[in-house]
Amino acid sequence: MKEVKCDCGHVNPIGTILCESCGKVLEEKEKDKKLLDMRYEGSARRSQTYNKTIIDKIWNFFSSVKVGVWLIVITLIASALGTILPQEMYIPPIMPAEEYYEDQYGWIGKLYYDLGFHNLYSSWWYLILIASIGISLVICSLDRVIPLYRALKKQRVSRHESYLQRQRVFGVSQPEATDQAFTMAKEKLKSKKYSIREENGNILAEKGRFSRWGPYVNHVGLIIFLIGGMLRFVPGMYVDKILWIREGETKVIPETNGEYYLKNDGFILEMYDKEKDKEVFEEAIDKAGMVAKNYQSNVTLYKKQGDTVAGEEADLEKVKDFEIKVNKPLKFEKFALYQVDYKLNELNKMSFALTNKKTGEEYGDLTVDLNDPQDVYDLGNGYKAEVVSYFPDFEFDENGEPITKSRVPNNPAFVFKMFTPDKPDGEISFVAIRQTIEPFGDNEYKMAFKGIDTKNVSALTVRKDLTLWIIALGGVIFMIGVAQGSYWNHRRIWLRRVNGEVWVAGHTNKNWHGLKREIEAALDGTGIKVPEDQLQNQSEKKG
Amino acid sequence: MVTISSNLLYTAFILYLIATVFFAGSIKDKKNTNKGPNKWAAIGLWITIIGFAAQLGYFITRWIAAGHAPVSNLFEFTTFFGMSLVGAFIVIYLIYKTPILGVFTLPVALLMIAYASMFPREVSPLIPALQSDWLHIHVTTAAVGQAILAVSFAAGIIYLVKSVDQSKQSKQRFWLEAVMFGLVCTLGFIIISSSFSVSGYKAEFNWVDKNGQEDVLEYHMPALTGPNEAKLITEGKFEPLAEMPAIINAKKLNTVIWSLASGIILYLALRLILRKRVGAALQPLAKNINLDLVDEIGYRSVLIGFPVFTLGALIFAMIWAQIAWTRFWGWDPKEVWALITFLFYAAYLHLRLSKGWHGEKSAWLAVIGFIIIMFNLVAVNLVIAGLHSYAGS
Repeated sequence: MKEVKCDCGHVNPIGTILCESCGKVLEEKEKDKKLLDMRYEGSARRSQTYNKTIIDKIWNFFSSVKVGVWLIVITLIASALGTILPQEMYIPPIMPAEEYYEDQYGWIGKLYYDLGFHNLYSSWWYLILIASIGISLVICSLDRVIPLYRALKKQRVSRHESYLQRQRVFGVSQPEATDQAFTMAKEKLKSKKYSIREENGNILAEKGRFSRWGPYVNHVGLIIFLIGGMLRFVPGMYVDKILWIREGETKVIPETNGEYYLKNDGFILEMYDKEKDKEVFEEAIDKAGMVAKNYQSNVTLYKKQGDTVAGEEADLEKVKDFEIKVNKPLKFEKFALYQVDYKLNELNKMSFALTNKKTGEEYGDLTVDLNDPQDVYDLGNGYKAEVVSYFPDFEFDENGEPITKSRVPNNPAFVFKMFTPDKPDGEISFVAIRQTIEPFGDNEYKMAFKGIDTKNVSALTVRKDLTLWIIALGGVIFMIGVAQGSYWNHRRIWLRRVNGEVWVAGHTNKNWHGLKREIEAALDGTGIKVPEDQLQNQSEKKG
Repeated sequence: MVTISSNLLYTAFILYLIATVFFAGSIKDKKNTNKGPNKWAAIGLWITIIGFAAQLGYFITRWIAAGHAPVSNLFEFTTFFGMSLVGAFIVIYLIYKTPILGVFTLPVALLMIAYASMFPREVSPLIPALQSDWLHIHVTTAAVGQAILAVSFAAGIIYLVKSVDQSKQSKQRFWLEAVMFGLVCTLGFIIISSSFSVSGYKAEFNWVDKNGQEDVLEYHMPALTGPNEAKLITEGKFEPLAEMPAIINAKKLNTVIWSLASGIILYLALRLILRKRVGAALQPLAKNINLDLVDEIGYRSVLIGFPVFTLGALIFAMIWAQIAWTRFWGWDPKEVWALITFLFYAAYLHLRLSKGWHGEKSAWLAVIGFIIIMFNLVAVNLVIAGLHSYAGS
């Protein structure tokens, strides 16, 4: 590899624009410019130096800020498109998405669905965009940070005249007592927390160099964040299950390998009450009608003891009681259980009485647990009722046959066979809510409806997310990087003696106003003239 | 307590208004030509600070009264946004000492607070999802971040008012005037809705929604666009000029039409009085300002605001979402628009750092950024809704 040797003796890597050590312009086309392009200190970036192989071209593509900005802007527009209509996960499950969008939003909805915008954020092209941003982050950071580090590490105190001249803030003056002026300026700069380096009577005052690393630190944070996001798709890292659990019920918690059980001790729904809650809320409550105050599931967490054979009752040991509320999930091991939904007054038990239709005489009550009905209910004295069929969520299908839509007892129906001493072969009766059908003509007995018992059901999200700490780490590093790059400035002030004159130049990566004020304060009373902002002078002349 | 609180807010509003006049006066003051702020500006600053203190008083007393931070609905949030904008202005002013920034920032804050009070103002109890300390941590940080970013909008407008050539036709002149028109329309909305609200206008309609359900809808402005199959129940009120299909929210459209109409009238009146474009009329105010300084103020505000915004609107938001909604990110429209804001300012910073987009280009970007923030505040709450929709009711 060829290297570039500067007049000052320093050997620079090929592609260097400004000598890393003295700052002299090495690149021909930079020589006529009035002001230097100080980005990345004029260091040799791979992307600006090589452009031959495929790898060079890919590298150059992704290291370009222009490409990066385009990727950001395209992602931005794509993200906005996804908010025009609700995403599929937010539409009510009343009908298939294909119909829903057209039904609700007309042809726009259909187009939205056909373009796949109903699942935009998990579409292949959106993921490619995000991945490209990730690649761009890695490549553009590597392309810049290494040469920049070299250039800042190797910089000399006495910079080349052409370098100083072409700084944005630059001035020449002839103070009466140069040595004294330098000592004074040095003290003042020190008190402003500059670190001072001296060489041949010249001064380089520098501070806040670490802010130059801010962008790269925040890019590292973003990359870690994106990796964390990807890890979700690794099996075992992420669990998202919903657990519907009735009051009084004990269920195994999904994805815990049968280790943990949960009992629902009761669901509580509270509304704000004008009488009891703060008086200031009265107006708002009146206006809204009902305002929910609390959704809460009181639960007990159990852990299974020892091994159990399938079918055997598990031996459970209580771990703890807990009140799961919104914003207060129950946490155990790597899991968290969240209150997310509920159902009030789900049918739980139904009671009937075996009754003689003519006399109205009752021969005993029976109560059916709708979630676990018995086969036969023996009422004694030769009276019994057999459950021939049970339809928890009953409806008639197109052939007029009774079927069940689900296992949830929303609309229970039974086929009972009633045995009595005078009807030992039994009578068949179909019993549903508010209707009784007697398929074989008139019965002598009926199952008279006595009452129902309801229970509330809690819906809990079971969550395990082993990627959280990586995401959090990425977030923290990103914030540190952004703060580092935004709230600190890298400032340098050069004071150089040139043939009895004093040359002053200043550079900062941002906030020129602050730099100029500091230079002004540092040179005040030294006799050295405050340097001028050449860029501002230029624009003023133009304007 | 609530009464004291509201009175403090009124006080703050009036004080900001007076302060604006003083800042404007400090620019017009010809006696004082030497550099640095003059007496007018100093008085303006003090009035602003007292106003800010009054609004802080509103915030604290309302917090005490409600038992939770008053950032739980659109009124409270937008008011807080206005307050943060004033706070951000005070800080930036202390660094750069430019009275003109007050002339442009304070009216935006005024508009914001006035706009906020068009929404229901009663103290509302917190629904379960909002019952968390993260409510005030997340919402206030996000609002402060957005407010600091909004200062860059004010700086951008100042830059454009000075730099855009008003004497010949150009895209820049058109769009700058469009921004001015947008601000005037906001004022139009405030004036028209408070006039109808003061007069107590109320008309009820029976209507049929898109699922075929009958319902009653209450209008507070005369209905130009009526709801689907509307039947006016309140006697003697204005019959709708046009009936909208059920898919369109006729009531919101009606409000938009009224605001636009009053905005246009107001704007035309302004043009008649000024006899020139609003942008041109403002130009003398920016006469003495240094463009580079304004550019730097804008850039500095983005630099200060961007990390705060990211922390509040993304990081804290994700932490809370993980606790309340079981997942840190769910592509809810508000979340997406926070991401869009983040991406936009990220693009702004990259363009500035590497492509040299300074000055006018940068100023335009600051204006677009503010439009995105306002879109997230207004449109996402009122039009797109989603999980954050309770913030609008």
